[in-house]
Amino acid sequence: MTITKPVLEARNIDKFFYNPSKIQVLREVSFVINRGEFVSVVGKSGCGKSTLLYILSTMDTDYDGELLIDEESISGKPQNQLAKLRNEKIGFVFQFHYLLNEFSVLENVLIPGLKLGKYSREELEHRAMEKLKLFDMEEHALKKANQLSGGQKQRVAIARALINDPLIIMGDEPTGNLDKKNSDIVFSIFKELAQEFHQTMLIVTHDPEFAQGTDRIIEMEDGKVIRQ
Amino acid sequence: MSWRLIIEIAQALMLARVKQTLIAAIGVTFSITMFVALLGFMNGLNSLLDGLILNRTPHVRFYNQIKPNPNQPIDQIIDLESNLNVIRSIKPSNSRLAIYNSESIIKSLQEDSRVKGISSKVSAQVFYNVGTIDLTGMVNGIDPEKETELFFFDDYVTTGSPLDLNQSNSIILGKGVADRILADIGDVIQVTTAQGNQLRLKVVGYYQSGLAEFDNVNSFASISTVQKMLGESNSYLTDIQVKLWDFNGAPAFANDYRDIFGIEADDIQTVNAQFETGSSIRSLISYAVGITLLVVSGFGIYNILNMMIYEKLDTIAILKAIGFNSSDVKRIFISIALTIGILGGAVGLILGYLTCLGIDQVPFETEALPTVKTFPVDYNPKYYSIGGIFSVITTYLAGYFPARKASSVDPVDIIRGK
Repeated sequence: MTITKPVLEARNIDKFFYNPSKIQVLREVSFVINRGEFVSVVGKSGCGKSTLLYILSTMDTDYDGELLIDEESISGKPQNQLAKLRNEKIGFVFQFHYLLNEFSVLENVLIPGLKLGKYSREELEHRAMEKLKLFDMEEHALKKANQLSGGQKQRVAIARALINDPLIIMGDEPTGNLDKKNSDIVFSIFKELAQEFHQTMLIVTHDPEFAQGTDRIIEMEDGKVIRQ
Repeated sequence: MSWRLIIEIAQALMLARVKQTLIAAIGVTFSITMFVALLGFMNGLNSLLDGLILNRTPHVRFYNQIKPNPNQPIDQIIDLESNLNVIRSIKPSNSRLAIYNSESIIKSLQEDSRVKGISSKVSAQVFYNVGTIDLTGMVNGIDPEKETELFFFDDYVTTGSPLDLNQSNSIILGKGVADRILADIGDVIQVTTAQGNQLRLKVVGYYQSGLAEFDNVNSFASISTVQKMLGESNSYLTDIQVKLWDFNGAPAFANDYRDIFGIEADDIQTVNAQFETGSSIRSLISYAVGITLLVVSGFGIYNILNMMIYEKLDTIAILKAIGFNSSDVKRIFISIALTIGILGGAVGLILGYLTCLGIDQVPFETEALPTVKTFPVDYNPKYYSIGGIFSVITTYLAGYFPARKASSVDPVDIIRGK
């Protein structure tokens, strides 16, 4: 296990919003996340933690500074390459946007895998069922996504994030929209992923309890990292 | 990137909005149905009307015209450079109406690859004798098989069969002639040629072209009957009618042979120019209406896809977040548009065909068109392929712009916006 190998590195990231007037939301944000780390980003609402996550996730490319994923600079790369990189190396768990309602649970988990095209469909279905089993969701596999409860959806979303064995999982307040019971379940899943599978994870949260359970906390205030 | 996944996603999006998708497809179906039915009907009418004249008209007709000889003997003697000749009262020479050397002309025409068929004809000016009254008329000696094959002669024989002409001394009377001389099938009538020969002919059928002027004068008999009536040999022919493979090549063809044979050659374009113009304008109008329908249905698809994209912004954002790039998203929505276009179009073509069959059953009887019992419809596959191609093109264009909009959706805006 090479704990010291960096998975994600942010170097002096600045971000401005221009609407309605020029506001700096991120100021020289720099940190390194190593393989196997379970990191949470905390801070008050509006401190720029979500904005940071979108930049780290490569979806937002309008920033200054440099971002490295898997020791490779990805700043200024074309959109198509970034999309491929997201598909292959990053798994997402969002606060609201869980699943594609037009598809079954199983298909939702499959789609990023089919997009990557590394494994055959049969192989992927097998893998998807494995992931669902991990979260006790296998009996819901053929249901439509909108027939599930919020907590169940989020568990499927985590399974989907895992299907391509990503380098890192990013979460944007994954428990923010769930009740206590469900957020405990989701948290325990993250914990399990960290401990048993040594999955690298970066989770933005405002839930102090959640943050306490992680390996490392990055605390932000007014667009700056004040503690890490 | 596998198309299978793109198509699977497109399919799921459509199934999630079955009603809207169906409405868009029905729009295409309706316009293609109308397009095919309209063009089929319009062109059926066109070819019926054109056929009235054009079917029966040879593409090129060779004949001899009685006219003064252009080479007058005096021209051979005196030098026109320094002299002037004045001849009064020149008369046509005693030339025959018959075509000289008709056999070799027919032979060389047959060797020309542009020629589809040749039918020769003998026309004779006659009087139909009814009691003490003589009606002027024209008996055309024809080869009934050739005439049927090339000029649809049998379509216009309303009673009897063209093949009955193969019996000697039989005649198919124009309907107008028959009505005037009160001749029934089986009656024997008497005709007198301009030269004074008399012949008794048995009526075996009626001919009705729909042009009263023509039917009041013309009758048909076999070539040998007319030759006998005129007292001429069996090489006596007055017209050689040629049908070409390519109707548009007629003027050039006529020019080629006019000088070689030294006889008159009339081409169909010169004789019937106005029909061409009429039909092309009618088709132009029907194409314009058909394409307008398709464009309107294209706007329908455009609207529905735009709405779908607005509703599916979340889905698009998630797809982009999990690694679909802009062109994948564009392909998904273009696939939806094309599926609507292809399915709607295919059903439209089938319904269009059925509509044509329906129109074909509607009774349409008119005195002028004895052979037509129902509305004419043209089933030319050309209209079906144009309809099919246009449905795909319009739906592609209608899908392209919404798809481009979808592909430029910024996932961050959507995810942050919640």
